[in-house]
Amino acid sequence: MADFTSGGWSIFIAVVTVVSLVALWYLAWALSARRTGSGPVETSGHVWDEDLEEYNNPLPRWWLNLFYITIIWSALYLAAYPGLGAYKGMLAWSQQDEYAAEVAAADAKYAPVFDKFANQDLAQVARDPEAQKIGGRLFANYCTACHGSDAGGARGFPNLRDGDWLYGGTPEAVKASIANGRMGAMPAWGAVVGADGVKQVTAYVEKLAGRTTDEAAATAGAKVYQTNCIACHGPDGKGNPMMGAPNLTDDIWLYGGSTEKIAETIEKGRNGQMPAHGELLGDAKVHLLAAYVLSLGGSQAASP
Amino acid sequence: MAKSETYNYKVVRQFALMTLVWGVVGMLVGVIIAAQLCWPALNFDVPWLSFGRLRPLHTNAVIFAFGGCGLFATSYYVVQRTCHTRLFSDALASFTFWGWQAVIVLAAITLPLGITSSKEYAELEWPIDILITLVWVSYAVVFFGTIVKRRIKHIYVANWFFGAFILTIAILHLVNSAAIPATLTKSYSAYAGVQDAMVQWWYGHNAVGFFLTAGFLGMMYYFIPKQAGRPVYSYRLSIVHFWALIFTYIWAGPHHLHYTALPNWTQSLGMVMSVILLAPSWGGMINGIMTLSGAWHKLRTDPVLRFLVVSVSFYGMSTFEGPMMSIKTVNALSHYTDWTIGHVHSGALGWVAFVTMGCLYYLIPRLYGRELYSLKLVETHFWVSTLGIVLYITSMWVAGIMQGLMWRAVNDDGTLTYAFIETVKAMHPFYIIRLLGGVMFLGGTLIMCYNVYRTIAGSKPVIASVPVPAAAH
Repeated sequence: MADFTSGGWSIFIAVVTVVSLVALWYLAWALSARRTGSGPVETSGHVWDEDLEEYNNPLPRWWLNLFYITIIWSALYLAAYPGLGAYKGMLAWSQQDEYAAEVAAADAKYAPVFDKFANQDLAQVARDPEAQKIGGRLFANYCTACHGSDAGGARGFPNLRDGDWLYGGTPEAVKASIANGRMGAMPAWGAVVGADGVKQVTAYVEKLAGRTTDEAAATAGAKVYQTNCIACHGPDGKGNPMMGAPNLTDDIWLYGGSTEKIAETIEKGRNGQMPAHGELLGDAKVHLLAAYVLSLGGSQAASP
Repeated sequence: MAKSETYNYKVVRQFALMTLVWGVVGMLVGVIIAAQLCWPALNFDVPWLSFGRLRPLHTNAVIFAFGGCGLFATSYYVVQRTCHTRLFSDALASFTFWGWQAVIVLAAITLPLGITSSKEYAELEWPIDILITLVWVSYAVVFFGTIVKRRIKHIYVANWFFGAFILTIAILHLVNSAAIPATLTKSYSAYAGVQDAMVQWWYGHNAVGFFLTAGFLGMMYYFIPKQAGRPVYSYRLSIVHFWALIFTYIWAGPHHLHYTALPNWTQSLGMVMSVILLAPSWGGMINGIMTLSGAWHKLRTDPVLRFLVVSVSFYGMSTFEGPMMSIKTVNALSHYTDWTIGHVHSGALGWVAFVTMGCLYYLIPRLYGRELYSLKLVETHFWVSTLGIVLYITSMWVAGIMQGLMWRAVNDDGTLTYAFIETVKAMHPFYIIRLLGGVMFLGGTLIMCYNVYRTIAGSKPVIASVPVPAAAH
């Protein structure tokens, strides 16, 4: 074990522990004399603050025995379990081994439940009522903290039911998002286009979304847009799922759709992160999760 | 003696009154954050009122402001009266009062601003830590200086406990707060990773063991025999349980880090020493309760004594619960749940606060030369607060155990039965009961404040002479 920088520490800990247990025992034993004689209990003979005194009653036997029992129990425990430095204990138990054994047992028990669906087509799994139930539970365990228990999302976390997909809504794309994660990066444009530029592009983006806006600003914004934004969001503002660049024409706003929030997004940029779950959950569970997400109603047909 | 010497009651009075003031503040913040857990909107989206910033304010205020002032007041009173001499230095004692109040005010400002070292129960940043160190060293000088100039050979048991508390807290504070300052308001711990966690909980559990236990046992050993008018039950028991308690507590910290990156051997040692702690802890309870043998009837008529004795009973209960929760199998269920919160409060409200209040009810009349304004109000305080504690801890037991069981429940396919939010929802009614318990406890404290105010209003401070020591032994 790498717990010790040198074997001396292990011996030090073992010796200190054993000596401590013995010393505790001795402390109680040394003062454990029973009462001799009868009559009233004597005091220690000291008086403080006019009337403070102490009887010298013997240690209650039940209390003394309780103390001894806990010390004996501790010695037995330290013989059986790790504690005395690097000594592993007669049971050679460790939390790492216990965890590994529990995971292995759970995997052996539950893998068939998930594996049954692993080779089925995602669209088919999405229609299977049993898979739906399992997927729903997996979703509740792993996804609701960000996407919400109704999968409706929150600011910065996409709604999974609305048919709008940043990285594509095909079965393959959804599964890839879950397994490998996604990194969404909108750069900060404030320094590049200036305060006026931000205002103008904001007006243009609102126009793209079909809102009425300051026409002059929007016209100026269109020019800025053509220079800086089309690489990702496209000339028509429809976005690009290859880069996770959102569609700007549909009035769905990941980071808020008010004029101020849109301006803030343009000026300061945004970073979104969907963590990768492939390694954590394994393919079979990711498969079920993808099917569940697809079953929520926002899926798109498989790519040809 | 040519001119009779007097006790320094002034600093005791100052600390005693501030104990009550900070008690109300700390408990009020506790009630606010308990309400926020029921209705999160109560933080009004104001950063300074958010749970994460008020929670350390609550813990610091009740432990170090309320508990700390109570410890200063009682230890200064007890050490003078049992050493038959005036405090070692009036000036230093006065510095500890004003210095400690400054620490508390700085805490009340910096914590809501979000200035924190992020170490639990040691959140204050490094400049405040330095001030704490100065105050604490002065406290030690005053206390041990008084012991040195005592006029009676034997050192009374209460002073052993106060002394152990003062020394150990000094060491704990210095080691755990070691940090590298980055700016005036930000520093980084001197330790990293699991070592940092271990140092933190070595400190954290001994803050409980020495600040909230050893110090308060010191109170118990003076005020229970005094109020009961009976000798302490067993001198011998006090020796065994004192040494066993202070020796064993130091080992117990790792039980806060079961099933973590902490090595297996460290966890085991923390656990066995926590179990061994049961008997030494109960030694204090026995000595407190058995001191009443032969005077049980006084409990019926003396509500002040009842505060003291019930506090020791709560002490016995939570020091049974603690070793039990430190056992890994139990801890696997209880850890991270609100059961822990219930456990802490059975100790903090039932033991620490109750024994402090009992001591204050004893002290105030003697410091101000007046009878308590109303024993009836002490009685009311006792029942309102006791009921509050019972509501608090039972609701947290139920909520915590339910929470732990819900976390580990799994479906037929191995997935978790409950999403986290479902456990939060299930606990909501119990959070409301807890809030009610907290409000009642605060209400009891306010009754006490009124009673104390009526007692001391218009009174003249008592000047007490040091008696000629009893015949030498």
